[in-house]
Amino acid sequence: MGVTELRPRTPAETALVSLAEAIGRDEDARRAAIEALRREGLPHRRIEAWHYTDLRNLMGRRLGQGQAIEAAAARKAGPAETVLAPLVAGSTVVDLDTPEHAAAPAGVTVAATDELSDWHEAPNHLDRSVDTVRLVNAAFGARAATISVEAGRALAAPIELRSGIGAQSHAAAKVAVGDGARAVFVERVEGGGSPAPSSLVSHLVIGDEADVLWIVDQAKEPGAAHLGQLNVTVGANASFRLFVLNAGGALVRQEVHATTTGEGSEIRMRGVNLLENDQHLDVTTTLRHTYANTTATETFRNVVMGGHGVFQGMIKVAREAQKTDAKMACNTLLLSEEGDFSAKPELEIFADDVQCGHGATAGEINADHLFYLMSRGIPAPQAKALLVKAFVDEMVEQLETDEAIADALTGKIDAWLEKNR
Amino acid sequence: MLEIKNLHARVADEGTEILKGVDLTVKDGEVAAIMGPNGSGKSTLSYILAGRDDYEVTEGDILYNGESILEMEPDERAASGLFLAFQYPLEIPGVATMTFLKTALNAQRKARGEAELMTPDFMRKVKAAAGELKIDAEMLKRPLNVGFSGGEKKRAEILQMALLEPKLCIMDETDSGLDIDALKIVADGVNALRSPERSFLVITHYQRLLDYIVPDTVHVLYKGRIIKSGDKDLALQLENEGYGQIIGEAA
Ligand SMILES: Nc1ncnc2c1ncn2[C@@H]1O[C@H](COP(=O)(O)OP(=O)(O)OP(=O)(O)O)[C@@H](O)[C@H]1O
Ligand SMILES: [Mg+2]
Repeated sequence: MGVTELRPRTPAETALVSLAEAIGRDEDARRAAIEALRREGLPHRRIEAWHYTDLRNLMGRRLGQGQAIEAAAARKAGPAETVLAPLVAGSTVVDLDTPEHAAAPAGVTVAATDELSDWHEAPNHLDRSVDTVRLVNAAFGARAATISVEAGRALAAPIELRSGIGAQSHAAAKVAVGDGARAVFVERVEGGGSPAPSSLVSHLVIGDEADVLWIVDQAKEPGAAHLGQLNVTVGANASFRLFVLNAGGALVRQEVHATTTGEGSEIRMRGVNLLENDQHLDVTTTLRHTYANTTATETFRNVVMGGHGVFQGMIKVAREAQKTDAKMACNTLLLSEEGDFSAKPELEIFADDVQCGHGATAGEINADHLFYLMSRGIPAPQAKALLVKAFVDEMVEQLETDEAIADALTGKIDAWLEKNR
Repeated sequence: MLEIKNLHARVADEGTEILKGVDLTVKDGEVAAIMGPNGSGKSTLSYILAGRDDYEVTEGDILYNGESILEMEPDERAASGLFLAFQYPLEIPGVATMTFLKTALNAQRKARGEAELMTPDFMRKVKAAAGELKIDAEMLKRPLNVGFSGGEKKRAEILQMALLEPKLCIMDETDSGLDIDALKIVADGVNALRSPERSFLVITHYQRLLDYIVPDTVHVLYKGRIIKSGDKDLALQLENEGYGQIIGEAA
């Protein structure tokens, strides 16, 4: 063998490695990643970054049996074209499997790249010495694309990133938005009902004075597993807005790691997690303030009709990042006894002149609000639906984006709420 | 219209009795004023009429057009024509005022078996009502009551009342928080709604409101009971003498 087994692998870990090997493409390039996956295995609850999402155990339940592995191996990634219309009409669609086919607008270049995700170091200091999401992404030979928006260019339409749908959809995007440019990106994460995870790793570099809205639209089919990671650097006086919508999948982890690379930047992260049945949804974020005078607000709202939700939010403020203003909140509406939500906000502050805060709430629908609406003749189910919608719609409002984008997001949220009434 | 009979009620989760035998009848078309010191149970009575489940009725009954409403949900009571203008209207973030108004109006129409109001008709209705109450249309673009001043909230309650056209209007201290001009506007709005088929229960601390909305009857609620009833002169007497004399007589 030649490889030292530090501890016996679980059937799921072994299954995942054989699944990666079964792809049979670019074997040499992926070798190191596959070996690392074999060596390191999957993280478990004793790894702090994965405490609430014990991937080894959760994948074990999915990939435990041989049939599941074969089924997953048989299910090749389907063509991205089967995803219907873009989230926002008129978007430029970039298929990360075949980026060269994209009809890039003026000022935007799109190209394929062989580069694999760099898994040698985790962007989250509570993680292991390897990064799990990137490791899976590399071991499965994610197709990658580079996209750059030239400096000063304001894009009229969003760029929608898609990858093949299905269990073996693994993609990576390296996006650079030049100084003073303005762009909207949508990560469309759809399809795939299989025990093996799909993955998408994105790197976004935002230039000085640039303005980027990045939307993660995760609506995997029930039963699907997905690991997502967005890494962002935000330049001086730049604006980065993020919206994460989790409205599907069985086992999903979306990580966002943002770092400021200049003074005066503004970060606004909003998200909505919609949970039902036995879903396990995890949003893990780290926000690193490394320059002075940056502001960040981060709010996630969760509607729990069932399943398990996780939010881990870390704000790190370096010694030199004076006048940082960072606020984080995680609010959960528990609509069923079947579900639960764990929130773990963390602050690590080394500067002395900062304003930082976090709050987490969880509760049922406000009885006073409900009574007020009912006293006007609105029946209880309708009044509750109105309040739930209000609770999450606020996240979209706070993005302060244009109507087409806001409508697309609320449309998706409404469809979920309607289905789960 | 309304008959409250020996009504006893307590706070549902801790059991404190607040209403201790309220008897009150309001006829069709009558404007009844309820006055009484702070904490005497006026708001509690209004909440119980509207169907709030924080309170438990332990004895007595509430008849609305001859039928008990105790088993009815708040929305059913509203659809049957009961309206409460809150002493402290709630702010509901994220719910657009217009959406709320339209949902409420159409829910009531639906419950009564009437056709839904289409958006243009609805808009016209809201604009007209808002104009009469001198409510800025910009205000209605905001989430329900969010960031409204105290007086704006009270005016918005009356706007809702005008739109929903209830049969029994309960107004809990609608005058508090209103400036002098707004008080006049709101009173005019209420007077315009007065009709032989519509009754009002006006809770207030001040004669000033009753100068504009002249009541047919005045009742004093004290420690969960009506201790004195009279005509509009009773309010004038209270204004001059305070509650001491009447409380003394009742004891
Ligand atoms: N949910 C509750 N829990 C405990 N006590 C309550 C509750 N609701 C009302 N009370 C008490 O019942 C009494 C009557 O309150 P209520 O608000 O009805 O008075 P009010 O006559 O409207 O007073 P005000 O003139 O100040 O508006 C008060 O002592 C109040 O503290
Ligand atoms: Mg009161």
